[in-house]
Amino acid sequence: MEITEELTIPRLFYEKATFYGDEKVAMREKEFGIWRPITWQEYLDKVKYIALGLIKLGLKPEDKVSMIGDNRPEGLMAEMGALCAKGIGVWLFQDCLMEEVKYIIDHSDTRFLFGEGQEEVDKAISIFHECPKLEKVIWDDPKGMRNYDQDFLMSLDEVIALGKTLDSEQPNLFKELIDQGHGKDVALLFYTSGTTALPKGALLTHYNMLTMGNNLMAVDPRFDSDDYVSYLPFAWIGEQMMSISCGLQVGFTINFPESTETAQANIREIGPHVMFAPPRMYEQMTRTVQVKYLDSSWLKRTCYWLSQKIGYRVANRNFDQKSVSGLMKILERLAYYAVQKKLKDHLGLSRVRHAYTGGAAMGPDHFRFFHSLGVNLKQIYGQTEIAGISVVHRDGDIKFDTVGKPIPETEIKIAEDGEILARSPSVFIGYYKNPEATEKTLKDGWLHSDDRGFIDEDGHLVVFDRSKDVMTLSDGRPFSPQYLETRLKFSPYIRDSWVIGDKKEYVTAVICIDYQVVGNWADQKKINYTSYMELSQKPQVYDLVEKMVSQANADLPEPARIKKFINLYKEFDPDDDELTRTRKLRRAFVENRYKVIMDALYSEKDMVHIDTTITYEDGRQSHIKTDLQIREVPD
Amino acid sequence: MGETNKKNDTDFILELEDLHMEFGKVKALQGIDLKIRRGEIHSVIGPNGAGKTVMMNCINGLYYPQKGTIKYEGKKINRLRPYQRAALGMARTFQKVEVFGGMTVLDNIRLGRHIHYKSGILSGSWYKGKTAREELEHRRFIEEEIIDLLEIESIRHKPVGMLPYGLQKRVELGRALALEPKLLILDEPLAGLNLEEVEDMARFILDINEEKRWKITCLLVEHDMGVVMDLSDRVFVLNFGIMIIDGTSAEVQNHPEVIKAYLGEEDLYATRR
Repeated sequence: MEITEELTIPRLFYEKATFYGDEKVAMREKEFGIWRPITWQEYLDKVKYIALGLIKLGLKPEDKVSMIGDNRPEGLMAEMGALCAKGIGVWLFQDCLMEEVKYIIDHSDTRFLFGEGQEEVDKAISIFHECPKLEKVIWDDPKGMRNYDQDFLMSLDEVIALGKTLDSEQPNLFKELIDQGHGKDVALLFYTSGTTALPKGALLTHYNMLTMGNNLMAVDPRFDSDDYVSYLPFAWIGEQMMSISCGLQVGFTINFPESTETAQANIREIGPHVMFAPPRMYEQMTRTVQVKYLDSSWLKRTCYWLSQKIGYRVANRNFDQKSVSGLMKILERLAYYAVQKKLKDHLGLSRVRHAYTGGAAMGPDHFRFFHSLGVNLKQIYGQTEIAGISVVHRDGDIKFDTVGKPIPETEIKIAEDGEILARSPSVFIGYYKNPEATEKTLKDGWLHSDDRGFIDEDGHLVVFDRSKDVMTLSDGRPFSPQYLETRLKFSPYIRDSWVIGDKKEYVTAVICIDYQVVGNWADQKKINYTSYMELSQKPQVYDLVEKMVSQANADLPEPARIKKFINLYKEFDPDDDELTRTRKLRRAFVENRYKVIMDALYSEKDMVHIDTTITYEDGRQSHIKTDLQIREVPD
Repeated sequence: MGETNKKNDTDFILELEDLHMEFGKVKALQGIDLKIRRGEIHSVIGPNGAGKTVMMNCINGLYYPQKGTIKYEGKKINRLRPYQRAALGMARTFQKVEVFGGMTVLDNIRLGRHIHYKSGILSGSWYKGKTAREELEHRRFIEEEIIDLLEIESIRHKPVGMLPYGLQKRVELGRALALEPKLLILDEPLAGLNLEEVEDMARFILDINEEKRWKITCLLVEHDMGVVMDLSDRVFVLNFGIMIIDGTSAEVQNHPEVIKAYLGEEDLYATRR
């Protein structure tokens, strides 16, 4: 299909829905233990009535409609309904704290907010009077809603009923609304996670979204018989890109898991053909495999070890673009039937044609791990401001330290200071109510990414790190802390890490152990502990982490090696502003917050005293007083 | 709490009259009178050894009281066996969870549903027509009404013995609900739970009491005073087998003897909040 400047998401949606009608399943949701299909016709009807319901409630063109809640058909229908009614969609992360919800609702001038159930409604009620533009809060899950009587609350069914009435009065209205839209109209207002400051709202047009999907699929085609599982937040551009930009163009089936906790099991049941997830999801899968491996019997461990050897050998040949010998191919088949097939099935990867990772850096070790299993995992690079992605690996041309080549209609160049610049029809039109930031980011049509990188001899883009994060080592060389952090995270025992060392004598790290994995390990070793804090400070745990740090240090140049590390007394948490909602480390913030620890790492001390107060989500406070050990890593 | 259940002041679901229970020389219950109105959450509090669990055991038929009468929906049920009382619509959960550890969550809940199955062994082994339809109807009930309510989708097929304590308590509640009881006896449903689990459990209790679908009368034995005072329509205070007071939360909180006998022991029974 050709993407023109006139084409809008609603128009495409209408075309697809009328084309497939009752013949094809548009979405599936697992509910009450059963996968329930929703056909394109049902999808169209719901969207139509929601759109008309919103019009009846007084929605004007370019009014903002926000959505919050888990991934579910109603969420996508609300978004599509808002777009069809010529509104602008805004998504919030499900786990946003009150402050963030308030900021985004208020800043975006949202008039209608779609929440899922009681939890979202509670959030909305507590901010309602601070957001004067907000008029109605709409919910769809009746559970626990029996005692709410605020007049600004409304159920989705009521909105749909309003829409039905309007439809019977003006049967052509819905089609007229869709025909009025133009591709250059704003479709989505997307708040970026912001590692430094308050979130900024990027304005993306229909044209931006559709060209991006079209260009990505020119590289990796998708088919309408494909299955896709939508379980990552819609407030993340990657999920919009798959469900809307790509999904709508090919018409594949979108599957929604029963609940967040069952997502992994539900992915296995569906066995999707395409997958796009940030590195943390793949890191989690790797960790699951590693932990299960540690727990399994001798025979299974041996089989796994052998198949991994074969897998890695084959993957390395493929990375080097060398041919694989006949014997190796036979061995690979053996490894596939003995181990990999089952393993891939458990991870829900048996049918995956293309798996993508993006949104943050992924370590080469993780990358190699998936290729050793025969999973076609690719790096992609992009940002919200370019409607998702701009650079991707091509089949058979995958290098684990690059992010690949630009997709069609996309130009990438490197500025003099090393900043990555991009230009394409998908580049956004600016930030909402923030001309200074727009001016800084958009110059002559080029998107300034604030990332540093270079283009290698094969024409692949290498992303080094965020410009402000690039460290200068003691010998004056530039160095990416992210690189070391992802290497550390390949160990299942380490959940998060923070590498320090910009313009310092040596490099140090703050480690957050993985409570579950290290906890299991400690149980087996009969080490007693009662809390994360206590476990993290056990000398045996320090020994364990030291071993992991030494492994990550191996084959790094001397000045880049970690000399000292400390185990933090808690995990990094987005609720404490230490990570963004997409789990990127907010470096400036942690540097400020853990200044005592940073200073101690660069002193002679082998212990640092912590005296701080933690505020929990429900407002309770607790006082923490503890000593953290500093461990030096021998060469 | 917004809407309250419509209570008929004389519509009692359970009436205890002059109930006596002795174990040798220990007088566990000494003339208990308690009337529970349909649709209410009625709590029983009292220090350890006050006789709360003995009283519950008398109500659901594990013990037979030596003296006094137990009336359920106006009928005397003193000599009925526990399963007969269950068939009348009386379910309970236990202080220390009593689930089938080797069975899955789903099987545990199905077991609670067993009483409602009409088909016999023969038709069950054939599994056609009416039997199949009945099975589907029960499946729908368990999935849509119980698993969804208690948010245990992710552990459906896990053996209960492997689950953390808080979830086992939930499964036990699920099994009791599968019976579709009119009266639910909850013996310390919050004991041993962390703050988050307590909040969840309190929410579930309110749901089954207030939600139109359920409207279950709850008899709640609990130590967590904060929760008891928040949830209960009426509170019954027991000490050494004797009733101290039976009244609303406010009346109970201000009763001098209660303060002395029970609430005075702040350290022991302080609420979690």
